[in-house]
Amino acid sequence: MSAIVTKDLTRRFGDFTAVDHVSFNVEKGEVFGLLGPNGSGKTTIIKMLTGILALSEGDAFVDGLDVRKDPEEVRLRIGYMSQKFSLYDDLTVLENLRFYGRVYGLQGRLLEEKIAKTIDRNALQPYTDRLAARLSGGWKQRLALGCAMLHDPKIMFLDEPTAGIDPVARRRLWDLLFDLSGQGITFFVTTHYMDEAERCSHLAYVYYGKLIADGTPDSLRELPEASPAGTHRFEISTREVTSALRKARALPYLKSATIFGRAIHALVDDHVTSDQIVADLAAKGVQVEEIRPLVADLEDVFVELTVRRQREIGEAVGA
Amino acid sequence: MRNLFAPFRGFIAVFYKEVLHMRRDSMAIMFALIVPIGEMIILGAAVDTNVRQVKTVVYDQSGILEGTASVPGSSESRAFLDRFRNSDTFRIYKFVHSEKELNEEMIAGRARVGVEIPIDFDRDLLAHRSAQIMVMVDGSESAVAGQALNVATAIGLDESLRRMLPASTAAAIEVRPKVMFNPDSRSPNFFLPGLIAVMLLMITTMLTAFSVVREKERGTLEQLMVTPIKPLGLMMGKMMPYFVLALVELTLLLTFMRYLFSVAISGSVILLVLLSLSYLFVNLALGMLISVKANSQAEAMQSSMGILLPSIFLSGYVFPRDNMPAIFYGLSHLVPATYMIDTFRGVILRGAGFFQLWENAAVLFVMGVVVLLLAARQFGKMVV
Repeated sequence: MSAIVTKDLTRRFGDFTAVDHVSFNVEKGEVFGLLGPNGSGKTTIIKMLTGILALSEGDAFVDGLDVRKDPEEVRLRIGYMSQKFSLYDDLTVLENLRFYGRVYGLQGRLLEEKIAKTIDRNALQPYTDRLAARLSGGWKQRLALGCAMLHDPKIMFLDEPTAGIDPVARRRLWDLLFDLSGQGITFFVTTHYMDEAERCSHLAYVYYGKLIADGTPDSLRELPEASPAGTHRFEISTREVTSALRKARALPYLKSATIFGRAIHALVDDHVTSDQIVADLAAKGVQVEEIRPLVADLEDVFVELTVRRQREIGEAVGA
Repeated sequence: MRNLFAPFRGFIAVFYKEVLHMRRDSMAIMFALIVPIGEMIILGAAVDTNVRQVKTVVYDQSGILEGTASVPGSSESRAFLDRFRNSDTFRIYKFVHSEKELNEEMIAGRARVGVEIPIDFDRDLLAHRSAQIMVMVDGSESAVAGQALNVATAIGLDESLRRMLPASTAAAIEVRPKVMFNPDSRSPNFFLPGLIAVMLLMITTMLTAFSVVREKERGTLEQLMVTPIKPLGLMMGKMMPYFVLALVELTLLLTFMRYLFSVAISGSVILLVLLSLSYLFVNLALGMLISVKANSQAEAMQSSMGILLPSIFLSGYVFPRDNMPAIFYGLSHLVPATYMIDTFRGVILRGAGFFQLWENAAVLFVMGVVVLLLAARQFGKMVV
């Protein structure tokens, strides 16, 4: 049985369709990453799955339960951590934990045991009596995760859990997620960090309410839309990427090109060699420092998918 | 049993949490406890609706021959003015020597009442002719003007009768007034019971009005929505600590009223507190409704003001409800403070008991349940 199943999940706000017939399956124990630019509907999807927002159309099942029919039972089995780390600033770490534990009906020794376990797992011992307001971002996030998981949920929803926290805390969180998913907990995570996406065992990409990719990171990298047959990729390093990009785009065999840091990722016809590109760019006055073949990474894939989707929307509007 | 308590799930958790919030926010609590006492001291000490010692200026032209600069007027006019002084209504602070000066005192607002005694006042009296005096009253303060006029007329009438009737005859009709329940017409007795009701309304409604909206602003409410907590559990848990705070406040206010302002409580104090419970409940529920509907603390603040003002003006706290136009009299039945003020005055001043007042408490309780259910429904609508 899948942990989460959606079929044609749709949410409209007046005339605006925030989520448009989205269907996917998340298996138990997966770390499922939902990607997409801001405003593409990621948070709306989470809100529908957690019962904060009603569905306009379609179905959603969480741990086998219909979220429309049995939202109460769903709530007992899930945990949710929002972008804002919903903590009470004027309560201490321990008081925040106690509150969320009691909310789930925990009390007495059981409550204290679960709190001890959570404090231990998140290394919160030194801060138990500190007000939540005085914790730094990374510690707030640990506490928020602890509060959300105190009742041992089977499925965790994390809405941009690493927004605004430092890289070390970010890495630690992901290590913890994998550790816990090994124990059978399913994680549903939204993010727009590509390095986080790479670590997910299952990815989906939404763009303006539509699901445009769904699969493992490897399967996405091999999507024909992202790496069409008869093409290959190069990473071209040069000093002036911006002007180089403009000139490169004039090359007839170039399918697409995007800047990544100080390099250009170029998708070109199969028969074109690196030497030819260097020569052609040199003729246009661009000094290539380094060029090497490249396997498409997720960012390439998503950029490619986004551009295609934009073109489709444009065509639909034009027609 | 489980099912019975199911709609209140989360009550204990929220209650503990709110108590902690309250303890951390000791400033707000002190404010809630001390401001009402300050208001009571101001109102109890400063406000006196009885008209006393109205500043009066006199231009006495009679007795030119016998009067001197220090003791003006005739013996007749002095005797008459003494009756003014003894009424406790007038305080003669100045004698003037021309009509112009008299007018100036009135226009400047230094005198509320001007008395002009004509030159032939004593001669007319002695000759048993009708002697005239003029009493000018400043109408800009209507309560003072009315009272001053009544007393002046009564003194004139009484003095006339005394002169007309032989000393042994009794008046044909004698009205013997008996003011019940507040025999001395003390203003604190009238105002303080009402003030307690209004102050309780203020602290309960305002404090709870912020509590849900604050969580909306912080984002914690969204978190609570994905937990198994129930709207009624959340709201009751939030109301309970303020309920206790309001009871403490009620006790303090009753103590100050009784011992600082000597307003005796004629009825049972226990009954008074018991009848107040449903009033506190309505106000807390109203605060909840405001809080659930509002999107920001500023909005919640405005809505609580919107409740406070009708409670002051329509409840009979300041203005008697009996004088209201029918529509406002009708509206006053929707104001919880109306019932509480009636109950407070009933127990404190009239010594009324449970059987005279239970209906007030019942109406308030029903109101509270309705408002709380409305708030719970509104809460449910937040899942949209």
